[in-house]
Amino acid sequence: MQFPEILEMLRQRFGPTVVGDGSGAIDPWVEVTPQSLVAVCTFLRDEPSLRFDMLRCVTGVDYVQVDPKRKIEGQPRIEVIYHLLSLVHKHTLVLRVTLPRWKDDVEGQLPEAPTVTGVWRTADWHEREVYDLMGVRFVGHPDLTRILCPDDWEGHPLRKDYQMPLEYHGIRGR
Amino acid sequence: MTIQRDDPRLAEFDVRTDEILVNMGPQHPSTHGVLRVVLRTDGEVVLEATPHIGYLHRCAEKIGENVSPRQWIPYTDRMDYLAGMNMNLGWALCVEKLMQLEVPEKGRHLRVIITELNRIASHLVAAGCYGLDLGSFTPFMYCFRERERIYDLFEQVCGARLTYSYITVGGAMADFPTGWLANCEKFLDDFEPVIDELHAVLTDNAIFIRRAAGIGVLPPDMAISYGCTGPVLRGSGIDWDLRRDGDPWYTRMYDGYEFQVIAQTGGRYPIDRPRHPVPAVAVLGDCWHRFYVRMLEVVESMRLIRQGIEKYSQASGGIGEPIRVAQKLPKGEVYLETEAPKGQMGFMVVSDGTAIPWRVRARSSSFCNLSVLSELCRGCLIADVPAVLGSIDIVLGEIDR
Repeated sequence: MQFPEILEMLRQRFGPTVVGDGSGAIDPWVEVTPQSLVAVCTFLRDEPSLRFDMLRCVTGVDYVQVDPKRKIEGQPRIEVIYHLLSLVHKHTLVLRVTLPRWKDDVEGQLPEAPTVTGVWRTADWHEREVYDLMGVRFVGHPDLTRILCPDDWEGHPLRKDYQMPLEYHGIRGR
Repeated sequence: MTIQRDDPRLAEFDVRTDEILVNMGPQHPSTHGVLRVVLRTDGEVVLEATPHIGYLHRCAEKIGENVSPRQWIPYTDRMDYLAGMNMNLGWALCVEKLMQLEVPEKGRHLRVIITELNRIASHLVAAGCYGLDLGSFTPFMYCFRERERIYDLFEQVCGARLTYSYITVGGAMADFPTGWLANCEKFLDDFEPVIDELHAVLTDNAIFIRRAAGIGVLPPDMAISYGCTGPVLRGSGIDWDLRRDGDPWYTRMYDGYEFQVIAQTGGRYPIDRPRHPVPAVAVLGDCWHRFYVRMLEVVESMRLIRQGIEKYSQASGGIGEPIRVAQKLPKGEVYLETEAPKGQMGFMVVSDGTAIPWRVRARSSSFCNLSVLSELCRGCLIADVPAVLGSIDIVLGEIDR
């Protein structure tokens, strides 16, 4: 199925929770609200004409201006991007949600998105990685712990304003 | 002296079966790198196997946000260091798709030849080490002897044996040297009979079959849900290969090539070995099938290389010009997956219009394939854990990035 048809189907089914789309992009994408994410994902997986049975990748992207020469478009935010694939119909889809950089704008409080581990099992490790490196709390995740960094690591390295620690257990950083 | 059943001393000698945590790795030869697996065991039976990763984490994605795409090519080599060419290709194609930059005909065939060669090398390591995991040393030497010749070929084209940085954004660093194609053909001719030897010492070997068949069965729906790809997915009988089914930007590389996707469908494999049927004890989705898929893929890769050599020789023009190191990228984001030896290797680039990507992402196949380990090991014996792990064929450089 082509992207415009999938988008139309989602708009019909979920109405205003589909908040944006990138039809002209190289990889066309659909943006939904975090609240509707699990319902949308379940629909995408189970609808017979869509059957997105594989979650390929979960990516977090941090948009905040740290370098005066590199302006960002729009508000500071974190986007979580889901790349889906259907082995049955051989089509793909890019799904994204936008989150604030900090929950309630309190620095240190991680933004929250619902987990999709109940839809695709592979989301387990991918979400742990996004949590570890990007600092997004996936609500309902069975075991949201760090996966690549040590358990006692501080901060989330892929955030644009991350500062490398000066010292870690006697090992010099920076 | 015989002890009666009601002897009070018996309890002392009785085997207690408390649950015990066994730490496998991070320094353990059968974990294929720095992987730690914590096993919760009841006697010899594994109740739970939890992989702990991250020992080789080198912040590759963060580095990618600070260098230009061509400068990041060497970092991709160090992900799956057994298939550096395929990693280079994945990243190069991803950036090329963002730039809508097409590689000329000759460069396309060059890429097919070199990446399929690397696929053979990677599968040889997988097969050899798998034999080693199961206690058979000879096939390891056979495999590494042949792999050595592939590495000699790579050394001739780019000077490196493991970390090539050969395929790059826009083309490749250099054309094949004079006489290289003849060397490559010579290797293929010499290598063909070795495959039968490997089948004899591994695939059809009775001890090997008993160690691998029926162990770690991965049902197809579980494989898909866990995002397993490559030989792991095909070993469960799913006919899926990105070289045929993937993004058009990638599959066009194989336009005009003839090859089969190796997966058991309808009870048979596309390549028949008439005198050696699939053993009756093997269950679709078990370790033996995952291994067998790789062995047959080597044959298909050889077919592709032979076709590639012919097409390359006939093609005229150049192999493509690498982009400048500080070339500005167009604004946009692209995610592209390629069929690496271990599965679908995805790269993503997000660009804000400067020469340095805003965000770089690498989705590695081993990462997803390893996540299913816990399911596969549930209820198997401790001695079978290396058998299951080896059949997944992981590379930690790619998992931890």
